[in-house]
Amino acid sequence: MRDLPMRPDGEAALAEAIRSARAPLSVTGGGTRLEPGEGQGARLDTRGLTGVTLYEPEALTLVVAAGTPLASIVDILAAEGQMLAFEPPASPGSTIGGVAAANASGPRRLQAGAARDALIGLRFIDGQGNVVRNGGRVMKNVTGYDLVKLMAGSRGRLGVLTELAFRTAPIPQSRLTLCLPARDAAAAIPALTAALGGPFDVSGAAWLPGRGALIRLEGLEGSVRLRAESLRKTLAPFGDPGDAQDDPWPLLRCPNTHDPQADLWRIICRPSQAAALLAALPEPCSLDWGGALIHVALPAGELPQLPRFSGHARRIRGAQPAILPAPDPVAARLDAGLRARFDPRGIFQGAP
Amino acid sequence: MEMPEPDAAVLARRDAIVAALRDAAPGAVIDDPAETRAYECDALAAYRCPPMAVVLPRSTAEVAAVLRLCHDERVPVVPRGAGTSLAGGSMPTADAVVVGLARLTEVLEISPEDRLVRVQAGRTNLSVSGAVDGLGFFYAPDPSSQLACAIGGNIGMNSGGAHCLKYGVTTNNLLGVTMVLMDGTVVELGGPMGEAPGFDLLGVVCGSEGQLGIVTEATLRILPKPAGARPVLVAFDSSEVAGACVAAIIRAGILPVAIEFMDRPCIRATEDHARAGYPDCEALLIVEVEGTPPEIDEQLALIREIALSFHPVEFRESRSEEESRRIWLGRKSAFGAMGQLGDYICLDGTIPVSALPEVLAGIGDLSRRYGLGVANVFHAGDGNMHPLILYDANAPGDLERAEAFGADILRLCVKVGGCLTGEHGVGIEKRDLMHDQFTPIDMEAQMRVKDVFDPHWLLNAAKVFPLDISASRREARRDAGSADAA
Ligand SMILES: Cc1cc2nc3c(=O)[nH]c(=O)nc-3n(C[C@H](O)[C@H](O)[C@H](O)COP(=O)(O)OP(=O)(O)OC[C@H]3O[C@@H](n4cnc5c(N)ncnc54)[C@H](O)[C@@H]3O)c2cc1C
Ligand SMILES: Cc1cc2nc3c(=O)[nH]c(=O)nc-3n(C[C@H](O)[C@H](O)[C@H](O)COP(=O)(O)OP(=O)(O)OC[C@H]3O[C@@H](n4cnc5c(N)ncnc54)[C@H](O)[C@@H]3O)c2cc1C
Repeated sequence: MRDLPMRPDGEAALAEAIRSARAPLSVTGGGTRLEPGEGQGARLDTRGLTGVTLYEPEALTLVVAAGTPLASIVDILAAEGQMLAFEPPASPGSTIGGVAAANASGPRRLQAGAARDALIGLRFIDGQGNVVRNGGRVMKNVTGYDLVKLMAGSRGRLGVLTELAFRTAPIPQSRLTLCLPARDAAAAIPALTAALGGPFDVSGAAWLPGRGALIRLEGLEGSVRLRAESLRKTLAPFGDPGDAQDDPWPLLRCPNTHDPQADLWRIICRPSQAAALLAALPEPCSLDWGGALIHVALPAGELPQLPRFSGHARRIRGAQPAILPAPDPVAARLDAGLRARFDPRGIFQGAP
Repeated sequence: MEMPEPDAAVLARRDAIVAALRDAAPGAVIDDPAETRAYECDALAAYRCPPMAVVLPRSTAEVAAVLRLCHDERVPVVPRGAGTSLAGGSMPTADAVVVGLARLTEVLEISPEDRLVRVQAGRTNLSVSGAVDGLGFFYAPDPSSQLACAIGGNIGMNSGGAHCLKYGVTTNNLLGVTMVLMDGTVVELGGPMGEAPGFDLLGVVCGSEGQLGIVTEATLRILPKPAGARPVLVAFDSSEVAGACVAAIIRAGILPVAIEFMDRPCIRATEDHARAGYPDCEALLIVEVEGTPPEIDEQLALIREIALSFHPVEFRESRSEEESRRIWLGRKSAFGAMGQLGDYICLDGTIPVSALPEVLAGIGDLSRRYGLGVANVFHAGDGNMHPLILYDANAPGDLERAEAFGADILRLCVKVGGCLTGEHGVGIEKRDLMHDQFTPIDMEAQMRVKDVFDPHWLLNAAKVFPLDISASRREARRDAGSADAA
């Protein structure tokens, strides 16, 4: 029989739950985005830890408990004209702890980075139940090692995040998306590269099936208009750019595979190598970050045959975890060493 | 500044170790005391100690051979870029081998399509931008020391610059490194977008002050150069009002590339020295925005409206390259100007921007209590303060008094919710103040990371962590070493 999920109502109770655990745990937030192989241990639900500890819009600082729903944070920030610049995918039920533990990011990563880049501090509980603090609430801080980066994206394997501090950003006054017909994903890349290579301060450069190349400009109204004008000229050799009538960017934050039976793969590569990868794949669900991010659906269990490239491909939905090419063995040894130090009893093995 | 006793077992084998280093890296070893003296300190020049030997390798393979040897012989190693650390980060110990990156300065790859540049880690910060300038790109982090400091040192300290409010610091612009671990193993970290499968090891290496490995190559994000930039100067008759004006600009959703703050003592000193023509006032802000001329006009109109609502003594908008240069002149010569007044210590704490009035008042009180002058320069947008404490190096006890004053300022930064160092690093300078910011458990978690990368604590070991906290780990190495020998 499966253990009932535990849902401690505070950091101390959470630490106690970890100290007294005798079998592997799977840390979850909303449980909306568990990857292949995750979630096999007894569930340790973090949604009992909620609330904003501190929000200073004039200092661009937000401190929040890890189980707080992402949706409520988005609302709280929007009420002050602010946002999380890295555009985490807004799946209903996601927690801010899950967003941080997944190092989530959206199209604006090109300009504003991922969750790791907005995170300025955190608290977590290690595998022995110790509460550890790192970073703080100020955006410039090099005091000691940056465990904030280490924990961002660590997917519950090193500790349970309990509190997170973020740098917030103003919501841009104005926004405009240019779209350009493109035969396929690979054909969009040269236009995206041209846009990203000039002084246009592009905040999104993507491709969607049936939509073509998409390029987003944000900022003060006059500035967006002026940059769009000169960008149109730069893009002229690639076709006639039009203005998008709707907002296509949420589609890029949550790639849709249509076929729920298919596996979903996430490929990170150099844009200059994306065309060669795309040639070896079926039509992708989306292309983002100027070609550096490809989401593609593949038949369940299939491994793609990819040419040599710098970057990696990871199955993010499907039965079995898979990463291609196999991670650098030295980095893998360091990862294993860190897990052994932060979680000597293997309590977080529930997330393999 | 207390440093651990040099390892007698290492010193006793000095000649054999130097000979073995010569085999590992022919023609790259310096051990003549007249020459090793050049490496006895970094920019925290009050503390000096010549190393046992210096190696200046020419390749990653040579770095690996040297580290493997030092690992097997249990010899401490201090990585060094250009030695501009203000925290004693690259200061040696008498039993250490300094591994300097000065000969590793090549550009390995420039890819405008992938918007990246790959360089050897000894290359200077400014010459990275120089290498891509002709293609219309630049490397964003721009520490004031950029003419001298090396990318490897920037990664060691996670250095920032005047424009980090918009572009971030080193960690936000670093995509990958080739790094040699202490046992000589070479590892590649990061990847496109800075991402690799597994944990963000690149993120934890950046800012680890040379304690986890020696970076020999770095892949850096480059950005298209902005069309132009223009500063304004806003002068106030009170620091509080200047601080409130900064908050209002940020609150209005405008993100300038830089907001710099100077207080009266700093303005006075720079006026005497550089004659930039700054107004006579309590505090001034330099706010810089980027873009094409009409884009700049649009942003500056908003900033002007906000600033005028705080009744500044003066709002000076630049109308030419020359006026822009003069607006920046005083700020850029601030450190040099303070140097004219005497010796100084440059601090680097960060505070929440909202605590500015409280902290400035606190610094004023401390200044009176210690009887030492202080001037404040400050990256106002991000709360990173650089109080400069004036003292007389020739007056007995003055340095100690200045250090105690500095420590009190940093404690105040921590007390109001900030931190000990925003961009210069801990090094030896702030090592023992770590207790004020972190619990032993917080530091234990950090030291476990070092245990994994450098199990014998040979790399830059007596830095960052308070000596009492790291003692058992550092001494375990010696005990094991003597056990091996026996
Ligand atoms: C099909 C798919 C598509 C996705 N697309 C994107 C995308 O385009 N861009 C993007 O950035 N992200 C994407 N994600 C990741 C997703 O955005 C985040 O994982 C999500 O926001 C997590 O929220 P959650 O609360 O539901 O987390 P959960 O699903 O509960 O957990 C996600 C991971 O975080 C760990 N975790 C959760 N809470 C904590 C905590 N407090 N402490 C430590 N570890 C914790 C879990 O163990 C698990 O490994 C995608 C994921 C999937 C599966
Ligand atoms: C006048 C002046 C102005 C300054 N302005 C700024 C500023 O605006 N912003 C800022 O952030 N800093 C500033 N600094 C501080 C200093 O310049 C930075 O810390 C710089 O990054 C150090 O680079 P370096 O090459 O001189 O490194 P070093 O001083 O040689 O070393 C710095 C640290 O990094 C380690 N290290 C060096 N190379 C490597 C490597 N290859 N691999 C691993 N570790 C390595 C060292 O062991 C040491 O711990 C300033 C210093 C001066 C003197």
